Amino acid sequence: MTENTTIPATSVKADERIKKVSLLTSLMRRPELGAVAGLLMVIIFFFFTADASMFSLAGMMTVLAPASQLGILAIAASLLMIGGEFDLSIGSMVAFAGLIFGGLLVNFAQPLWIAILFTLLFAAVLGAVNGQIVIRTRLPSFIVTLAFLFILRGLTLVGLKWATGGSTQLRGIGQAVGDASIAKLFSGLAFQNFFAWLAENNLIDKFDNGVPKVAGVPVSVVWFVALAGIATWVLLRTRVGNWIFAVGGDPNAARNSGVPVDRVKTGLFALTACAAALVAIITVLDAGSTDARRGFQKEFEAIIAAVIGGSLLTGGYGSAIGAFFGAIIFGLVSIGLTYTKFDSDWFQVFLGSMLLLAVLFNNFIRRKVTGER
Amino acid sequence: MADATNGSAAPIIEAREIVKHYGSVIALSGISMKVLEGEVLCLLGDNGAGKSTLIKTLSGVVKPSGGELLVNGKPVAFSSPRDALDAGIATVYQDLAMIPLMSVTRNFFMGREPRKGIPPFRYIDFKHCDAVTREEMQKIGIDVRDPNQAVGTLSGGERQCVAIARAVYFGAKVLILDEPTSALGVAQTSMVLKYIHHVQQKGLGVIFITHNVRHAFAVGNRFTILNRGKTLGTYAKSEISIEELQNMMAGGKELQALSNELGGMI
Repeated sequence: MTENTTIPATSVKADERIKKVSLLTSLMRRPELGAVAGLLMVIIFFFFTADASMFSLAGMMTVLAPASQLGILAIAASLLMIGGEFDLSIGSMVAFAGLIFGGLLVNFAQPLWIAILFTLLFAAVLGAVNGQIVIRTRLPSFIVTLAFLFILRGLTLVGLKWATGGSTQLRGIGQAVGDASIAKLFSGLAFQNFFAWLAENNLIDKFDNGVPKVAGVPVSVVWFVALAGIATWVLLRTRVGNWIFAVGGDPNAARNSGVPVDRVKTGLFALTACAAALVAIITVLDAGSTDARRGFQKEFEAIIAAVIGGSLLTGGYGSAIGAFFGAIIFGLVSIGLTYTKFDSDWFQVFLGSMLLLAVLFNNFIRRKVTGER
Repeated sequence: MADATNGSAAPIIEAREIVKHYGSVIALSGISMKVLEGEVLCLLGDNGAGKSTLIKTLSGVVKPSGGELLVNGKPVAFSSPRDALDAGIATVYQDLAMIPLMSVTRNFFMGREPRKGIPPFRYIDFKHCDAVTREEMQKIGIDVRDPNQAVGTLSGGERQCVAIARAVYFGAKVLILDEPTSALGVAQTSMVLKYIHHVQQKGLGVIFITHNVRHAFAVGNRFTILNRGKTLGTYAKSEISIEELQNMMAGGKELQALSNELGGMI
């Protein structure tokens, strides 16, 4: 035994068996690499097969609108997945939040801001309940939220019939909202002045009367981009982000290091539910009505987008910006096929294949990252 | 080395007659032990002797059913691992210390991330964190080319050393090491043992749990042997031999008989 206060330098010298980190390896450490590659592939595919109008400004907006609604869910789902849990109830939550929102506006004649606030709050509480059940029972979140998938969908049907006197569609939301100024935050188009200015200066296509062909960006796209930015910053740069990776990577190790595991997980469930409520508010305001099929199967699409974005099903690894790209791939393919000569029903085939590819790719990447063999 | 243990200073951590019941199962029936500054106390015991329960009690994971826990001479009651951490007691678990998918830096600062900025926009100062991580790793002789590489790329011994370095960096006064060498090869074990010695030299108290008597003898100053939830005794290094320790740990004569039969030490 040496009496040195420093460790003898036996292990300081670099291990000659390990190669230097190449640029490729450091690129591969980015979880969203697969999604970016996938996006490029999809764009190239449509570049050669689709009508050129798909890549016009108007075409892009048509793609981005559905991508953004899914993307808001997918970003939240990816955070939850990185935190090691699933939420299969988000699609049903969209419908249920739509019912709460519509009911407050139409049946209870509440002002828009109260309806929005209450809907978000209600969703957060339901999400937290989901989380608490998962944490306290130690059941897999898969099964707990599967139960809520059916419970919430059923409650939506029952509630809609009760609210409308027998129908599964609740109408009259447009009239109930009236011209509340807060509605602009959740429906319609953003940056209209900017687009008018662009048209005026002949920077974008316009109709003969001078009105731009694309009058603005759908508000949901703005939410989508903003949330992707915030989620990425939180994940990569903040303490909460570190905790999310930690609780998904190994809850016991996280707990031993002083991370409040249960609080983080509960918060993530609440956040996911709130994202569903936000999508409900946006789509219900746009449609002017809500129905029982709203958000149908969105839970699977959101999870697929998150997985394509590089999130591991087992938690602890992934990215929010990846889910952002995953959702755009989704929108590109679902809308893009209608611009090609292919039957648009190929969409589901494509979706399944993409998912399988993404999972295989993610597994490969994870082995690379951890040096697992 | 053993002289330090006879000092009159209050032990950094002391357990007095700790009792722990799980329902009708008695896991600990009156364990007493203490650790002084700058000493390595080895807790030896076979499976089921109560080592894990004792660690969990000391590190705040479970509450003792009876007995007293003192830190720097003052009685304490931990209600969570956080409390124990704040009191300067850090536990490094065998395989639950690090998260393989996360970077070395993220692991190093997990649960204690230093932050910058104004409240809603506070962020982790990763530049600082990376620098500290690289420096601390260098101190213990681990060459981290890139502190952003995943912990999964480190060897088992390196992971244990990172976990210990993290505890030391965050001001632990007592380190509880739960079988840090049991899953390691020879070279990696010596790396961890050297580091334990190094930590001891810095004046920290170390509780080293193991069932490998040779590993214990290499770094230990005193040895407390547990058997069936009780303390069999505490011995300074000068008072006992490896063979005696081995026999006490196994709880008696059978092992000696078996050893003779096999013609060597077990």
